Amino acid sequence: MAKTETLTINMGPQHPSTHGVLQVILELDGEVVVKATPHIGYLHRGVEKLAENKTYHQCITLVDRLDYLAGMSNNFSYVLAVEKLLDIEVPKRAQYIRIIMAELQRIASHLIWLGTHAHDIGAMTPLFYTFRERDEITFLFEMVCGARLTPSYFRIGGLASDLPDGFVSKATELMKLFPAKVDDYETLLTKNPIWMQRTKEVGILSAEDAVNLGASGPMIRGSNVPWDIRRSNPYSSYEDFNFIVPTGENGDCYDRYQVRIEEMRQSAEIVLQALERLPKGDINVYAPKVMLPPKEEVYTDIAALIHHFKIVSGGFNPPVGEVYSSVEAPKGELGFYIVSDGTNKPYRLRIRPPSFVNLESLPTMVEGSLIADVIAVIGSIDIVLGEVDR
Amino acid sequence: MLEVVITIGIMLVKMVIVLSVVMLMVAYVTLMERRVLGRMQVRHGPNRVGWQGLLQPIADGTKLFFKEELTVDKANKGLYHLAPVIYMGCALAIYAVIPFGNEIEVLGRVIPLHIADINIGILYVFALSSLGVYGLVLAGWSSNNKYSMLGGLRAAAQMISYELPLGLSIIGVLMLTGSLSMVDIVNAQEHVWFVFLQPFGFLLYLICAFAEVGRTPFDLVECDNEIVAGYQTEYSSMKFAIFYLGEYMHIIAVSAIAVTLFWGGWRGPFLPPVVWFIGKVLAFVFFFIWVRATYPRFRYDQLMRFGWKVLLPLTLLNIVVTALVTLII
Amino acid sequence: MNEDDITIRKLKEKFPDSILDITFFRDEATIVVKKEDILPVARFLCSDEDLLYDFLSDLCCVDYLKREPRFEIVYHLYSIKKNKRLRIKAPIPRNYQVISSVYSVWKTANWLERECYDMYGIGFEDHPDLRRILLADDWEGHPLRKDYPLRGR
Repeated sequence: MAKTETLTINMGPQHPSTHGVLQVILELDGEVVVKATPHIGYLHRGVEKLAENKTYHQCITLVDRLDYLAGMSNNFSYVLAVEKLLDIEVPKRAQYIRIIMAELQRIASHLIWLGTHAHDIGAMTPLFYTFRERDEITFLFEMVCGARLTPSYFRIGGLASDLPDGFVSKATELMKLFPAKVDDYETLLTKNPIWMQRTKEVGILSAEDAVNLGASGPMIRGSNVPWDIRRSNPYSSYEDFNFIVPTGENGDCYDRYQVRIEEMRQSAEIVLQALERLPKGDINVYAPKVMLPPKEEVYTDIAALIHHFKIVSGGFNPPVGEVYSSVEAPKGELGFYIVSDGTNKPYRLRIRPPSFVNLESLPTMVEGSLIADVIAVIGSIDIVLGEVDR
Repeated sequence: MLEVVITIGIMLVKMVIVLSVVMLMVAYVTLMERRVLGRMQVRHGPNRVGWQGLLQPIADGTKLFFKEELTVDKANKGLYHLAPVIYMGCALAIYAVIPFGNEIEVLGRVIPLHIADINIGILYVFALSSLGVYGLVLAGWSSNNKYSMLGGLRAAAQMISYELPLGLSIIGVLMLTGSLSMVDIVNAQEHVWFVFLQPFGFLLYLICAFAEVGRTPFDLVECDNEIVAGYQTEYSSMKFAIFYLGEYMHIIAVSAIAVTLFWGGWRGPFLPPVVWFIGKVLAFVFFFIWVRATYPRFRYDQLMRFGWKVLLPLTLLNIVVTALVTLII
Repeated sequence: MNEDDITIRKLKEKFPDSILDITFFRDEATIVVKKEDILPVARFLCSDEDLLYDFLSDLCCVDYLKREPRFEIVYHLYSIKKNKRLRIKAPIPRNYQVISSVYSVWKTANWLERECYDMYGIGFEDHPDLRRILLADDWEGHPLRKDYPLRGR
């Protein structure tokens, strides 16, 4: 009998398609993966530890950098958690603007996913098309907050500033054009026989496994579990909007692809609805102990000046308690668990990262398939290492 | 005696011309690829070095030439250095039998525009392109790198699987011509190009040619997303450049063969034959680039299945049908 | 969620001795469970017909340095079918920092427990692969503990 040995191959942390610094140790029998062991942590920055030493407002910039492709969504989840702790609700206008930003961010994040995923499978052109549209969205972000990637636009109790002039018309125009662009990407991929061969029946995650492994977002919906936090626990007025929660059937890469494509269309739809119905009014809640007062008042009113000084120098002290709040980020359930001890800094800020938990199902999906499938599956999970490693 | 010297002299001159034209074409095909891909992907491509980026290939070549030559420790040195030579040498030798124009008359001498007209021309081409695989396999094996080895293995499997349907796909043409010589094949297309008589055979040839040169959608051999760069992972400097050149030479070679076998070679109205020939070849190269911009990549097992279970039976069917039709007519 | 919720009623009925405390804050129920009983409680919550907390949203640890028991493992559960959330906590004493793994109930726990081990040094019994996950294998200390300095180590 000839002796057979498996070949151990080290994929990453520097590898063209591990989307950052993911390392996967693959044990191969020929090209068939016998065992896949992901190693993470190369991008660990200790965000949770840092957050324990910053005031609540300062943490906003930290959470920007978790999933750096979806800064707005991270902001969103974090400020909602702190607002829940403080028991305040922001005005309707701010809620709508937050939804607009979160949905634009979802589109931007999915666009990058689509481009890189297609590129991993060898179709290089969609990458450039998706980046073109994503750029338009980041221009919109630049308009509202001056930053493209790490916006820090949301504030606890409202927003950093109101929408600038011309934003609504520009965003409306972009979102009206957007479905046609999605059609373009689909022309290149959806019915392409090679694309279908490469993604159908690849990386199957059954509904049971998906739930048991804690997959969320497009991952779990691709496995035919219609769970979307925007629908099941509407936050920030999501109940006002009409949208469909797309699901897949088999839980393979193709289903996840279709779910995300449809989500982009739905997000564009939500943005259009929100822009159309955008209420007038304040963008900040009236909570002098939490929110910075308007600048004019700081100059004219002594109480406002004192609040301004207090908040800037020391932040605010929320009540003792603990809250968990999660939103449907582009990658899945992004949750924040905040333990407050009554001081101006969170005693514990736990991030529930969707990419981290989704990545956990990688070995389940790839063992027994080929190397090429590993690439396709990693792409279809849509991980961002900044969030996996925190 | 003088006659022999003159014949050899003419031969040498032709070789030098073909070599330099091919080298030049390779250089500018890389530029063409980048520019055309750029246009297809809503970007510009290199357009800064020289007018419209025309000096880009020279800049790239110079850069690669001055790069540090790295050799992997524990690589099998001899084979490691030999591999790129085999690969490019084989690709280059193919051009010897390709007729790129009609005869011309210089100083009362009739000079045929091909280097050699051997009676087994097409066989020679396939023999060489099969030999070229050794370059890839040896490169993959001798680099002492697992990714390279996977690339080399993929190359071997892929080339062997596609060599067969590639060879069979042109049998139809050979049946129509009754000769293996490239010159005879071109001459046989005086009235009608074989693409019209053998459309199916042409399509099969085209698909196999993509696999043979390892281009999208069959570029698994050097598929950077999976196995980093396949067999050429550990190559740097000019050795890398030689692989790169070899690959493009291969592309131009299979295009030239497609033109010769199916599109009437250098034949065409009005313009001189050489222009027709180069024009047709460039059209094919454009097609290669176009496909690259459009398609995703096959998976390894799908590629093999496609080769053996789809292409091979189809090529056989094509032969049978051609034989029957020729018998009846 | 409040006292009358079926989850709380059923839990009280089934595990009268295991539940140490039940609190409500901002509409969220927190149930503190003895750490010895975490596995049966988890299994019950996950499989009971009326509860079906089949989704482990998050598992993390909190270090209350000045308190005894010092650590708390916090489980955030979610029921996709019933659309309910629940927080379970299991206090862990300073001198014996081990708890049973809930991997057999929710496979999500695999990496999340590894992270707790990595960051807090909590041991998980019957965990299939308890290694450091984010930090290097030879890292000293557990950085998210409150007695681990923010800088200048």
